[in-house]
Amino acid sequence: MKFRVLRQLGQTLLLPLLALLTALVLGAVIMLLSGDNPWEAYRGLFAGALGNARGWTSTVRRMTPLILTGLSVATAFKAGLFNIGASGQFLMGTIAAVAVGVNFEGLPMVIHLPLAILAGALGGVIWGAIPGLLKVYTGAHEVIVTIMLNYIASNFVGWTVYAGGTQGQTPGPLWDITAGAVSETRDVLLSAQLPYIIGPPYRVHWGFGLALLIALFVWWLLYKTIIGFEIRTVGQNLKAARYAGMHVNWTIVRTMMLAGGLAGLAGTFETLGVNHKFAPTFTGSVGFDGITVALLGQTHPLGVVLASFMFGTLDAGGTRMQFDSGVSADIIQVIQALVLAFVAAPLLIRTIFRLRRVRHSLDTTPSARWGGLV
Amino acid sequence: MSKRPLWRATSLIAIGLSLALMVMAVLVNTITLPQEYAWLRILFGISALNFTLRATVPLVLGALSGILCERSGIINIGIEGMMLAGAFGAFVAKVATNDWPLLSSLLVGVLAALLVGGFMGLLHAILSIRFRMDQIISGTVLIILATGFTSYLFDRDAVAEGKFSALHIPILADIPVLGRILFENPPLTYLALILVVVIHVALFYTRWGLRTRAVGEHPRAADTVGINVNRYRYVNTTIGGMLAGLAGGFLVLEAVGQFQEGMTAGRGFIALAAMIFGNWNPFGALGASLLFGYTQALQNELLLAGFTTVPRQFVSMLPYVVTIIAVSGFVGRVRPPAAEGKVYETEAH
Repeated sequence: MKFRVLRQLGQTLLLPLLALLTALVLGAVIMLLSGDNPWEAYRGLFAGALGNARGWTSTVRRMTPLILTGLSVATAFKAGLFNIGASGQFLMGTIAAVAVGVNFEGLPMVIHLPLAILAGALGGVIWGAIPGLLKVYTGAHEVIVTIMLNYIASNFVGWTVYAGGTQGQTPGPLWDITAGAVSETRDVLLSAQLPYIIGPPYRVHWGFGLALLIALFVWWLLYKTIIGFEIRTVGQNLKAARYAGMHVNWTIVRTMMLAGGLAGLAGTFETLGVNHKFAPTFTGSVGFDGITVALLGQTHPLGVVLASFMFGTLDAGGTRMQFDSGVSADIIQVIQALVLAFVAAPLLIRTIFRLRRVRHSLDTTPSARWGGLV
Repeated sequence: MSKRPLWRATSLIAIGLSLALMVMAVLVNTITLPQEYAWLRILFGISALNFTLRATVPLVLGALSGILCERSGIINIGIEGMMLAGAFGAFVAKVATNDWPLLSSLLVGVLAALLVGGFMGLLHAILSIRFRMDQIISGTVLIILATGFTSYLFDRDAVAEGKFSALHIPILADIPVLGRILFENPPLTYLALILVVVIHVALFYTRWGLRTRAVGEHPRAADTVGINVNRYRYVNTTIGGMLAGLAGGFLVLEAVGQFQEGMTAGRGFIALAAMIFGNWNPFGALGASLLFGYTQALQNELLLAGFTTVPRQFVSMLPYVVTIIAVSGFVGRVRPPAAEGKVYETEAH
């Protein structure tokens, strides 16, 4: 009994680990081909991310948004939905949290902080609900709708913090007047900032603790409740779910709302915990990272946390790597893409390592319902 | 066969839209307007329409790329990545041949764009056919790969010297307003417009096109009559990749003249939207691309004219909102090829 669990665990971990290993080796080959020293680069990478307190805290700080966007994409995958919209939901969450965070001066923290977090989650929920509703009522594929919503969101938040133009364009409602020509918001009030677990210079904030709790909650929701059972059934067999009398439409909308809320929280924690304000230049590749983390974590909440750790390490070590070895930190993105490629095509890993079977838990294929709901 | 009129409808929109823009441009630029109608000059001025055409070219090439892939049954979400890779290939080739005569150096750039794009297309096909990766995920992989590779390999000190200049077509270019809009463009713009016609004819009037569409709609039936389904998919996806690469080449060799990190800036996704909005049809895609290109031009012109009533961010949201409306079926239903996204395996003989 005990062995079976262990073997299952080993089988589950086999694919992500082999994928990571292959990607690192291939990354080394690429560095060799372009005249860089991969040994130095990797040493700098891991020393930078895990070698000292600063590295560890930096890794942990970067894990927080990865866990949440990863959970967002993973939860959607469970219901057979592909949420490319994490970055849009992230932005809408961010801007909603900032809007609450910079206003309401004088509120005590016990009210202000939860209110800001709630607003951020709500921003994401609304942005996630749109593709869910459109899919259910019109059959519009969520991939297209979420990609488009990403651009709409980025324009929208761009407008809210817009500094106005030289020709007297109206500035956005959240723009900080004292910032001059810079498009950014005011600082979030102290009463709405997430407190630090480990204070400056390390800046590990409570968003990390909350993210871990949320991962636990999502696991419980997916595997221990009827809601989760419905989500997974809809993902595995839509017709069976319908035949069993489940509310398929409502489940799809609800899952997208949940996914949106999780991505919204990622943005919320990033602003309330790290940046303390928002400027359009802050957004990186959060959405795509969420996809990779979700797939690397085999769409399981615990896997997502582990995968976020791997990715957080890569992100955090990149700067030190560039400093130590002169290898451009952009190689990290190449390695991350390779990880995604290998983890998304188990057949590739099987072929490379001549394995008979590799366990992978992505039983949903987003392109299967391209033409709308069946 | 009842689908046929719908295709024609989208093509008609394309033609109608272009004609309307042309007529307005001629009217606005030849008639002396009273002061209160001067804003029409902003909407239909020569510079707005020139900008529209320039913005349209990469979109329509990307959309054609999507059409070729998807008509044969392979979903292509990765146009953005193919485009970026093509742009980078063009840039590297252009920089490497800076000493050559300008024209041949640019042609090498175009070739490199086609080559790199084609390679990306082939990679997409291999991943999704041979290794049965989900096609949407494979497309996502392409985008992330291209973004990572191009920024890692990009040498920030490299400078490409020169770009394609406008080709003055004799006689036609001397037509008052239209000449300056339509017949004084750099070569890749003409090429893109010609490709729309070529691919339309190829898809709907040749044996290859019929087979491609059969493979995308009903691979089993196509297989039964002896068509090699996966070979068609490989070929189409590779050519599709080349077109997206060409779009990237256009950005580097004709529009900007240099490479910048992430320079495609979502054009691949708008191209995807144009493909859907155009109902997987070359002329439909051209119409949609024109529409999206026009909103970009409008944004630019309004900014230049100091028009501030509607924030520019809302103007630039338009293409995306329009696309959501289109895929939601509020303006006539769009319908993807039936067999899209499905791995095809021949039954054992």
